[in-house]
Amino acid sequence: MEAAGLGAPAPRRSAGHRLADLFHGRSRLQAGALLAGPVGWLVVGYLGSLAILLIASFWSLGELSGEVERSFTLDNFKTIVEDPVYRTVTLRTVGIAAAVTVTDALLALPLAFYMAKVAKPRTQSLLVVAVLVPLWSSYLVKAFAWRTILSEEGILNWALDPLGISGPGYGTLAVWLVMSYIWLPYMVIPIYAGFDRIPDSVLSASEDLGAKAGLTFRRVIWPLVFPAIVAGSIFTFSLTLGDFIAPTLVSSTQFIGTVVKSTITTNLPLAAAYSTVPILIMIVYLLIARRLGAFEHV
Amino acid sequence: MSSDARSARWAWLAVAGLSVFIAAFAIGCGGDDSTDATSAGGEMLSEVGKGEGELNLICWPSYCEDGSTDPDVDWITDFEKKTGCEVNVKIGNTSDEMVQLMRTGQYDGVSASGDATLRLIDGGDVDPVNTDLVPNYADIFPGLKDQPFNSVDGQMYGIPHGRGGNLLMWNTDEVKPAPDSWSAVFDPNEAAKQKGHVTAYDSPIYIADAALYLMKHQPDLGITNPYELDEEQFNAAIDLLKQQRQFIGEYWSDYAKQIQSFANGDTTVGTTWPYQYLALKAEGDPVASTIPEEGSTGWSDTWMISSDAQHPNCMYMWFNHITEPQVQADVAEWFGEAPANSKACEPQYLKKGPFPDVKHCEKYDASGEKYLDDLWYWTTPVSDCGDDRGDVCKTYDDWVQGWTEVKG
Repeated sequence: MEAAGLGAPAPRRSAGHRLADLFHGRSRLQAGALLAGPVGWLVVGYLGSLAILLIASFWSLGELSGEVERSFTLDNFKTIVEDPVYRTVTLRTVGIAAAVTVTDALLALPLAFYMAKVAKPRTQSLLVVAVLVPLWSSYLVKAFAWRTILSEEGILNWALDPLGISGPGYGTLAVWLVMSYIWLPYMVIPIYAGFDRIPDSVLSASEDLGAKAGLTFRRVIWPLVFPAIVAGSIFTFSLTLGDFIAPTLVSSTQFIGTVVKSTITTNLPLAAAYSTVPILIMIVYLLIARRLGAFEHV
Repeated sequence: MSSDARSARWAWLAVAGLSVFIAAFAIGCGGDDSTDATSAGGEMLSEVGKGEGELNLICWPSYCEDGSTDPDVDWITDFEKKTGCEVNVKIGNTSDEMVQLMRTGQYDGVSASGDATLRLIDGGDVDPVNTDLVPNYADIFPGLKDQPFNSVDGQMYGIPHGRGGNLLMWNTDEVKPAPDSWSAVFDPNEAAKQKGHVTAYDSPIYIADAALYLMKHQPDLGITNPYELDEEQFNAAIDLLKQQRQFIGEYWSDYAKQIQSFANGDTTVGTTWPYQYLALKAEGDPVASTIPEEGSTGWSDTWMISSDAQHPNCMYMWFNHITEPQVQADVAEWFGEAPANSKACEPQYLKKGPFPDVKHCEKYDASGEKYLDDLWYWTTPVSDCGDDRGDVCKTYDDWVQGWTEVKG
């Protein structure tokens, strides 16, 4: 807007221009400057803290002080492998993560199908909002709400009382219930996207060729939507695997997350060693998911 | 396909590189230790100067009230006005948590129980205290001075705060007749009556409660001190706790959660602090509590100053403030414990507390004549059994491990 450049074509160029010249035509420099921030964060902040965690798992504790002593030992890993309690807790955690994943998949499949293929556009967007709204409130609030719901004098028991039954109370069952509720949106959205990507014409073609609904589902829909289910399962499985807040609020049962959390104040190296277990489980899970084509659908 | 294979090779290279980096780091760090464990005996303040304007404390729940829980219960605002030290409070729910927090070096002081004090002293996390700079120290009950858990070789490492016993609390509507023994939670026949509604303190130190029960009910185990357990005694305590596990509704470490559980009827019987009992009682909930016939475990708390304290002058001012007779009377009545300052037991102070009761000190046995001296105060288990058994006792490390196994 200013008249600076209009009258005399000044040869002096601003610093910004000179910087732009520097980058001009140098694609590597461009990419480098663009990625320096995110990559730096990923390597230093993310992988760096992970590396420190893994290093801590090789340390030990002083007897009385309970202070971390930085000398190399494999004792922590030995404890985790040899002590049966850690195996039990690991299996229980994987079990609940699998149960939550299956539950959410079963709930999400019909819902997502309805959203993507049956509902009118208006209902469709309403449903998407309805699925996403719970994500706007804090995780802690939702978990605590479930604590009150499941309580002895909570609303669930009050509602079930006339039927002569009572709720599950606090415990493993409660954890399964709460986790399935909290992580459901993470399963619905990828599956919804998966269904959305299937053209209606494909379904019509199947019908025209004489396939009944069951056959269409098995031979057409399922293969196309399966990678999306796997993609959703990565979220539900990994989020349940590492959680420690909901389990402490609605049960006294130990899971990997709660053991790590309580051990971290008493024996940091052991906690660090144990936290490598979910990392390993997730690496295996992700390798399988990749094979199943989930990464093209996230 | 070929680009896929290439990216996979890169990924493996990255993983390998990371592992090498970690291994190198771990081994490198292994070498340069030994100087790290600074032994106890840091600097001691010789005079209290001007306040630094700020004070960061780690407190047991209800030890540091600023009126936000109850507008009438407030001994921090007064301190801030008097000294200009702005107080920031971090609540610790277990001793383990407090030790962990102290080691961050971000706090000036802590109200540490006996199972934290020794760990903090041994770890060099706290400094000795110059008691001459704390005028109210003179009025502290003699039975709390120079104790093994708050001093080393006659040098105090803190200022005593107060003490008391863990209570057995029960819901009077559900648990009848009123129990007077810990068998209400440990005897399978008794505990089965409240299956799914029994509670216990979620910390390895709770193993001592089981050991105390065995000390009275299975004398042939020969337990003489619930914190000095050899293999056989320790395993017996763990087995008892594993048996108790099936009757537990939930373990508690967050006092607010326990209050909620008792109020809702999710929990009907179990160990508690007097604070929760008083809070439930004040709300009109049907609860009662007692120190059972076996006696109980308990706490004797000490205010300690961090060796990294950024605000040592404010911390010394706090030492003296928290042991003022009126503040002591307030805290003692609010939490439900015996004050450390003998003057706090005078009626003029007790009358002005949050739960005015001139008999408070008698009830809580502040002078220690009746039962207080016989409580088993929280302390850190070490391998030295303290008797002719030698170094065969289970250390706190084992207790931590044992507690994980109890919870299964």
